[in-house]
Amino acid sequence: MKTRDLTDLALRNLREAILRNALTTLGVAVGVASLVAMLSLGVGLQQLASKRLTQSGLFDTIFVTPKNSFQGPRRPQREVNVDKPARPLDEEARHELEQLPNVIEVYPQVRFFTEVRFQNKPYATVVAGLPESSRNSGAFDGMQGRFFSSQTAEEAILQIDFAKDLSEKPDSLVGQDLTLRYAEREAIPSSAGSGSAEPAESSGGFSIVPKEMKLKIVGVVETEPAPGYGGVGNARLLMALETASKLRAAQVNDLRDIVRGENANKTTYGSLTVRAKTPSQVEALETSIKSRGFNAFSLLDASKSLRTFFSVFDSLLGIFGSLALAVATLGIVNTLVMAILERRREIGVLKALGAADSDVQQLFFVEAGVMGFLGGAFGVGLGWILGRAITIGTNLYLKRQNLNPIELSYVPWWLMLAGLIFAVVVSLVAGLYPASRAAKLNPVDALRYE
Amino acid sequence: MNLMADGQTAVRLDHVSRHYRMGQTSIRAVDDVSFSVPDGEFLALLGSSGSGKSTLLNLIAGLDRPTAGSILTERSNLAELSSTDLACYRRNTIGMIFQSFNLLPRMTLEENIELPLRLAEVDRSDRSRRVREALEHVRLTHRSGHRPSELSGGEQQRVAIARALVNRPKILLADEPTGNLDSTTGETILLLLRELKTQIGMTILMVTHERPLAERFADRLITMSDGKLQSISTTSRGTTA
Repeated sequence: MKTRDLTDLALRNLREAILRNALTTLGVAVGVASLVAMLSLGVGLQQLASKRLTQSGLFDTIFVTPKNSFQGPRRPQREVNVDKPARPLDEEARHELEQLPNVIEVYPQVRFFTEVRFQNKPYATVVAGLPESSRNSGAFDGMQGRFFSSQTAEEAILQIDFAKDLSEKPDSLVGQDLTLRYAEREAIPSSAGSGSAEPAESSGGFSIVPKEMKLKIVGVVETEPAPGYGGVGNARLLMALETASKLRAAQVNDLRDIVRGENANKTTYGSLTVRAKTPSQVEALETSIKSRGFNAFSLLDASKSLRTFFSVFDSLLGIFGSLALAVATLGIVNTLVMAILERRREIGVLKALGAADSDVQQLFFVEAGVMGFLGGAFGVGLGWILGRAITIGTNLYLKRQNLNPIELSYVPWWLMLAGLIFAVVVSLVAGLYPASRAAKLNPVDALRYE
Repeated sequence: MNLMADGQTAVRLDHVSRHYRMGQTSIRAVDDVSFSVPDGEFLALLGSSGSGKSTLLNLIAGLDRPTAGSILTERSNLAELSSTDLACYRRNTIGMIFQSFNLLPRMTLEENIELPLRLAEVDRSDRSRRVREALEHVRLTHRSGHRPSELSGGEQQRVAIARALVNRPKILLADEPTGNLDSTTGETILLLLRELKTQIGMTILMVTHERPLAERFADRLITMSDGKLQSISTTSRGTTA
């Protein structure tokens, strides 16, 4: 029989027992909807995590430290080119790293202890300098106030926990001033007063001078845009990187420099942050940096673990979602077996009129396929609605908790297509047994059936 | 290749048997039956219930297979055909009508008659013309859009005849076509069959237990009893023919 006639007959048969077939199709739809909704949650969560992490710059970032930094005993790293001598992380090194291919920017970690004075009360915390690129990291989405007006602005953004220490109403802090007390390094020329002709660069140390700076609070942020790294705690007060650098505040690595007798006037960094164009270039870049005599560390391994975690998570969601579809499959088998019983005589007539076994088999197959297709299409829509409902419900809850809304569920086009194809394939598999049973019916027995 | 030596035989049965097993017992529904049906003949198979006449008709229709013997048609021995080839034979060579009409209730008359054309993959453009022709043969053109349940028994059987004719078969097999009809309507149906046989020139094999009707309309009578062929006789019509 031609496909068009086959489909026509199948649709006619389905219409004949419309209630039963509609209920079976609804069963498939619910199964597909549960599968799509579950997987859309998995995809949504994965996207959410990836977006946040990508925007935060963690996956396109390499942290570079000197090889012999004071970080205490730890597991030895697998080094590339271990023969390379340890090099200081200075301006020259920074410039060299900037010249590497696929590097967007290289900026130092400026991070120091400070005492903040606000309304005549002292508060100890850590300050971190943030480059201009942090503006689009996603960490400042939904913040109260705004990002720094420029990299030279004397402005501060407070982390919410610190802002709560300062005031019971963190919102009210935006626009107010605070005073930053910090320790500025001041180089001591070793030959000072001795009349030596040695240049200042070869000086042996520096003194610590307490300084103050007034900053205007321009924002309060709920995320942690500068998490702790390299032994320094999480920064609670954020400044523009350029402003923070100009302060020449004493940092942790200064102690190392003075012990080694390195030039106090020469700027060295505790660590540099190198940003690659894309996360895929991080691995090669990391190897290249290590070969230049520095320690390099990236979160690439963490991102691989994350992908593995989400693959397992999606599989589990898929399995739970498929349970409903498995039940729906049994519904299809039941419906078609019932149809064979009801249409036994009709099958006999078809065979008497010249239908081959394959015609009868295909007819039942198409009926199963049509139920699968309609159920799949309806189910994908229903799954999308379910996903939206979960997102809306979650966002309502988050709003009540004064948290930012998130896109919890996401139905990409491939999930819709996969849901539809899966429904049809599963329905066809479910139709295998009834179709083969119908095809094998003895026409003489079928014609005698009352 | 024409399997019939004379070229004028529609179907020939050679020592055909059909045995069933029911537990330990073997039932001989058809037992060593041999006869030939010439082209264009109206043959009636007579016998009481359980005599094996319907089983024999099913064997000739290719709905069942003989346990022994051969059923030769113009082109093939049905006993040797695959199930797909048998389906093809049913589609193209024979037409069947039944005692209970066997029309599909959810289809209109037109759609019921179109069904064999769909199975034979006849072009859509040809179908409506052939359905109309078949309806004209049975004089039911005006009821084409009706459903079987809206028709009388006689009309339903006429539709079944139209459905059997639409693929222009060589042989028409009728299994008790008047069994569910009153005597007047039964006569009308047999008159119609006779008329179509003359018009189209096809062979008719009819199973019936109504001897008087068979004698009036058939050319030849074959009587069966307990699966065996009891007698073959020619009617007055057969003699005249």
